[in-house]
Amino acid sequence: METRKIGVTVNGQRREAEVETRFTLADFLRQQLGLTGTHLGCEHGVCGACTVLLDGYSVRSCLMLAVQANEHEITTVEGIAPSKTELHLLQEAFRDNHGLQCGFCTPGILTTLIEFLRENPDPTEAEVRIAISGNLCRCTGYQGIVAAALDAAKRMQGEKRG
Amino acid sequence: MKPPPFHYHDPETVAEAVALLGCLENPKLLAGGQSLMPMLNMRYVLPDHVIDLNRVKALSYLRESGGALEIGAMTRQRDIEFSDLVRNRCPLMHEAILQVGHRQTRNRGTLGGSLCQLDPAAELVTVAAALDATVTLTGPKGRRELSFAGFPAGYMTPALEPDEMLTGARFPLWAKGHGHAFVEFSRRHGDFAVVSAAALLEVGASGKITRASVTIGGATPAPIRAREAERALVGNAASSTLFRDACESCGKIEAVGDVHAPASYRRHLAGVLARRALEKAHARIEGRK
Repeated sequence: METRKIGVTVNGQRREAEVETRFTLADFLRQQLGLTGTHLGCEHGVCGACTVLLDGYSVRSCLMLAVQANEHEITTVEGIAPSKTELHLLQEAFRDNHGLQCGFCTPGILTTLIEFLRENPDPTEAEVRIAISGNLCRCTGYQGIVAAALDAAKRMQGEKRG
Repeated sequence: MKPPPFHYHDPETVAEAVALLGCLENPKLLAGGQSLMPMLNMRYVLPDHVIDLNRVKALSYLRESGGALEIGAMTRQRDIEFSDLVRNRCPLMHEAILQVGHRQTRNRGTLGGSLCQLDPAAELVTVAAALDATVTLTGPKGRRELSFAGFPAGYMTPALEPDEMLTGARFPLWAKGHGHAFVEFSRRHGDFAVVSAAALLEVGASGKITRASVTIGGATPAPIRAREAERALVGNAASSTLFRDACESCGKIEAVGDVHAPASYRRHLAGVLARRALEKAHARIEGRK
């Protein structure tokens, strides 16, 4: 089986590994690095559960090869909280607004919203709905997720001002 | 892991990529991966070699040159979406790209990947037909230009030689202030269109239409220009009656039926969406009386 040596910065930490060239980024994160916070739903780019940030931009990790991440920076859901004991403001807003039930889609939605709220810090409800249109949630009916995203936007702007 | 085993190549230049394409058995080019990766994961395609173009930096550009927009094959859909040049000078493409997949897929997906995948319902394919784009194909003997009208050789099959690759496309720009609209019907936001329509209009000082482009995507094996409708529009004063009459021919095209919609429904949508696109395009003409 063909393999390659890659070096990737994952959640701020430099990781070097030998990967099979056909390995997807999602399987590399989960199986080789043990970062199982990135969930795999459909594995063909429809559900959005496996979304991670590649150099700050949201991508579906099932639609990228691990070798393509060589010399790039990856942020997974494990890397968005400021410390082991604190949540990110976006995560707090999700908890407070019932933005999740089973939690399967949550990692993909959080990473997507981190990018979205950085680019659009004061979004409308319609813009939030379009931003998460590539993430399927079968529990919440999206109401709580949208409320959480709008609440998070307020909290994050407040933090910037404060 | 889901993809079948293959040998991986990541050239840095077009020349290297073309050389690999010419000498390897059963190769596949990997652009943004938003169509090829699902097909690999599901093992619909079984290439012996994958040639990854993501390190070919020279294929990522977006510029205005000689009255046209020139876009490199590996330019990300995201870069098109956030380009002021595209928004100001080619608003049809801007409106269309917002309906291409989702934020996460546009961050990876490329112009060249979409054009070569050639899905008849893909927004960028329909835009290329609407704007009379020209594609640049590069092979071992050099480059050749091909009018986009001649690019589809059949359903989802580009007219590329086995050792050729698409390296860029040129989209002629319309006069400033022209009317434009891209409308589509899909079951969910970001899905491929069941049917889409693109319209471009220019109106002279007398109020008569001087130039028109009407394109239907998703209804036929490749997007088609509604030439009969275009002929019916040019030379006449714009009005709702004119648009309705002109679009009657769109409702009679040889549409295809599939699991998403029967042919009769696609024909119906083609007529309705073409009319809506024209109404919207007309309302957007700058300086309209």
